[in-house]
Amino acid sequence: MHRYIPGTEADLARMLDKLGLTSSEDLFGDVPGELMLKGGLDLPEALSEQELVRKMKALSRKNSSLDDLVCFLGAGAYDHYIPAVVGQLVSRSEFYTSYTPYQPEISQGTLQAIFEYQTMICNLTGMDATNASMYDGATACVEAAKMAVDSTRRNTIAVSKTVNPEVRKVLGTYMDLCGFNIIEIDMDNGVTDLVRLKELLAGNSDLAAVIVQSPNFFGIVEDMDAVGELLNGSKTLFISYVDPISLAILKKPSEYGADIAVGEGQPLGNSLNFGGPYVGFLATCEKLMRRLPGRIVGQTKDIDGKRAFVLTLQAREQHIRRSRASSNICSNQGLNALAAAIYMATMGEHGLKEVATQCVQKAHYAYRKLTESGVYKPLFDKPFFMEFAVTGPVEPAVVNNDLLGAGILGGYQLYRDYPEYRNSLLICVTEKRTKAEIDKLVETMLSTAAKEGSGMA
Amino acid sequence: MRAYDKLIFELSREGRRAYSLPKCDVDTLPIDELIPKEFIGTAPLNMPEVSEVDIVRHYTNLSSKNYCVDTGFYPLGSCTMKYNPKINEVVASYEGFMNIHPLQPEETVQGALEVMYELRKALEEITGMYEVTLQPAAGAHGELTGLMIMKAYHRERGEDAKRTKIIVPDSAHGTNPASAAVLGFEVIEVESNEHGDVDIEKLRKVLGDDVAGMMLTNPNTLGLFEPNIKEICDLVHAAGGLMYYDGANANAILGITRPGDMGFDIIHLNLHKTFSTPHGGGGPGSGPVGVRKDLAKFLPVPVVEKHGDKYTLNYDRPHSIGKVKSFYGHFAVCLKAYAYILSMGAEGLRNVSINAVINANYLMNALKGTYKLPIDRMCKHEFVLGGLENENGVTTMDIAKRLIDYGFHPPTVYFPLTINDAIMIEPTETESVDTLDAFVSAMLKIAEEAKTSPELLKEAPHNTPVRRVDEVTAARNPIIRFSKTDVS
Repeated sequence: MHRYIPGTEADLARMLDKLGLTSSEDLFGDVPGELMLKGGLDLPEALSEQELVRKMKALSRKNSSLDDLVCFLGAGAYDHYIPAVVGQLVSRSEFYTSYTPYQPEISQGTLQAIFEYQTMICNLTGMDATNASMYDGATACVEAAKMAVDSTRRNTIAVSKTVNPEVRKVLGTYMDLCGFNIIEIDMDNGVTDLVRLKELLAGNSDLAAVIVQSPNFFGIVEDMDAVGELLNGSKTLFISYVDPISLAILKKPSEYGADIAVGEGQPLGNSLNFGGPYVGFLATCEKLMRRLPGRIVGQTKDIDGKRAFVLTLQAREQHIRRSRASSNICSNQGLNALAAAIYMATMGEHGLKEVATQCVQKAHYAYRKLTESGVYKPLFDKPFFMEFAVTGPVEPAVVNNDLLGAGILGGYQLYRDYPEYRNSLLICVTEKRTKAEIDKLVETMLSTAAKEGSGMA
Repeated sequence: MRAYDKLIFELSREGRRAYSLPKCDVDTLPIDELIPKEFIGTAPLNMPEVSEVDIVRHYTNLSSKNYCVDTGFYPLGSCTMKYNPKINEVVASYEGFMNIHPLQPEETVQGALEVMYELRKALEEITGMYEVTLQPAAGAHGELTGLMIMKAYHRERGEDAKRTKIIVPDSAHGTNPASAAVLGFEVIEVESNEHGDVDIEKLRKVLGDDVAGMMLTNPNTLGLFEPNIKEICDLVHAAGGLMYYDGANANAILGITRPGDMGFDIIHLNLHKTFSTPHGGGGPGSGPVGVRKDLAKFLPVPVVEKHGDKYTLNYDRPHSIGKVKSFYGHFAVCLKAYAYILSMGAEGLRNVSINAVINANYLMNALKGTYKLPIDRMCKHEFVLGGLENENGVTTMDIAKRLIDYGFHPPTVYFPLTINDAIMIEPTETESVDTLDAFVSAMLKIAEEAKTSPELLKEAPHNTPVRRVDEVTAARNPIIRFSKTDVS
């Protein structure tokens, strides 16, 4: 017998007897014989819990975690501090072992938590409406693009080259196979080329939306006001892709006229988890509310007049509208949205502002230290939030290798996505980094440059 | 405890704090010397100001308003609400898994890549498919990915322009037609026959060179194994279409039969159903997709591979549809599913399905005299009742709500759409016969109450944190975020 299956031999025999069957084989009498699997699955024998722990612990030790490495890597996934309450509270099985809250009477915990999450996302972005979550930032961006295509009845999406390449790749896959066009807007000195954008807007009457990220992939704060002004009065929607932590100090999407704000919610209390699960957010204005994809929780009353929460506006959704739904999304990121909500509640306005401010200060300290030597040069000359790109005399792989040797996870090698930036690293400094860690990063990078530079000379 | 009815915003008091941060230990400059003033926001964030104790009590109180698998029986049809093993949560919390960055050098994440590779291989074996990707985030996302692959296949053959239709049975999950529509396919529904199976004659009529493929769940949403599955696959293939397997009901067939052997070309699995990972109150899920050999080149990048004793991520797949999601999928969910497969082993997985099927048949048999059973034949992991016959206007919803009073989560109701007043029950293998008996006696008692005191059902539930809610007003006048003016 297996610990997860309570049915004993005797139970099975009694149940089979009740059904007038003699063996469990009879339960599959409707499966054509030729389809029955012969010889069983070729999988290892079951492990006891103790054996499982031993195996999985060993596997986990084959990874170098951020306990072992000091992280200066960002590029879409960020090493922020997560207060202990977040992990403790999302580990309550009342939250994690329940299903999508279809039965409101016995799901008020989940429903209210989502309602509060929706409120926080609206407050953070300044937008009017949001949903219960999307899979991640990239797919949230895709859903925003689809909302734009549907609501404008146009077929082309313009996306800035400064948007995270990972997001652009996902967008590209969807747009290609859904039959929509995608245009990339050139960049100039690390920011969206607004002259090109202006020309594009003038020359293309099929633009459903323009997507700009800020802080963009290079960490640079884009001039979103200018983008908003260019799009003001036009039918083309403005989709802004934002880092939620940055919104504690930067202008909100609502302040520069965005129609849809999307982003990756991982920085809000979600562990790095080798890339997932994270949580995407998508918030919009009142007039597009009924085009939102996915679950939305609304406030109402029960028959006794008591405040209650319930899944609402379900007429948009796949289980009601089937092929005419606004999206096919069903399961989303309930638990990750809960983590984000608990994180935001824990940090509050002051905490979020302080996290954002420390990111800015520490990133700029690292930037000054690295560039004042003259050995590493800024790749761009623009204001940034907590990531910046530098170019050095040495291949970035060599730099990162030396850093790894010193127990540091180095920056993102930009040539992976931008072949023109050969010797450039995108360095991320969150509030978690200390002065000593930053100084060690700088010292190691300088010593690599000195060593390799002189070797090459 | 149940009287707790505060929103976190209503707990807020100016000056309270729940966080602590180290002092900034680097030289600082005024922010507006670092970022131009015109980029800095001025509007308040309006987050609650609370203490750590407030946070903990608030969310603990909220959690107590949830029914969950750890509370009791959760027979939600097609959702496979089985027990979520605790050790899997422990494993997923190991630093070496939870705290690794997706863009770390491959040599520093060999353990994570090994997990992904081994899970991939196990799922290939379980489904009989050639290659599996772990990238899709959930079942519906898997469907979309699978249909993208289908589209890429037809495109390569120069037939994508004419193959515009996807066939789904009328009993299909809502995500099937919705996923097809996202990709611009026209959805053709084929009616089921009186036995609940695909009507072969009706299928023949809609098959042609405009069909891209067919999506099917097997066992279907009625919990019935499609006996003509081979013939269906042959017909669709002969018409040039591909067969897509929706793995929502795979809990019935582990180690018994495999979609790859049935003739399916593309499949997805729901790790958050069949492979025991928790649903999280609405995600995160995970929807790996498997394909037959000649379709493998279309799978999303990167693909995790093993070369010698080294694991790598291969992005060099020129025919790939690209990426469908950031990074590599829901790694932490995959990890739990892998731990589950290791814990079960081949024999254990087969016993999962045997026990899931016997539990469902046992319940069906015990309830069918009292409740309508529109299709009366051996079921697999779930079955669908049709409510009570003309009992004082008692509806399926009333029965569902009354079950809550008896301490059970209601089954899926009013789905599939092909059965009037449907009550779809999936017990899973992790329930004992004692639990099933207790559920049966509640169901029989409710049937009796429907005759003698129907108001008990109509007013149910009676002892929940809230009672039946006004969904109409919620949708007509949506309040989807808190603002102080909405407080009544």
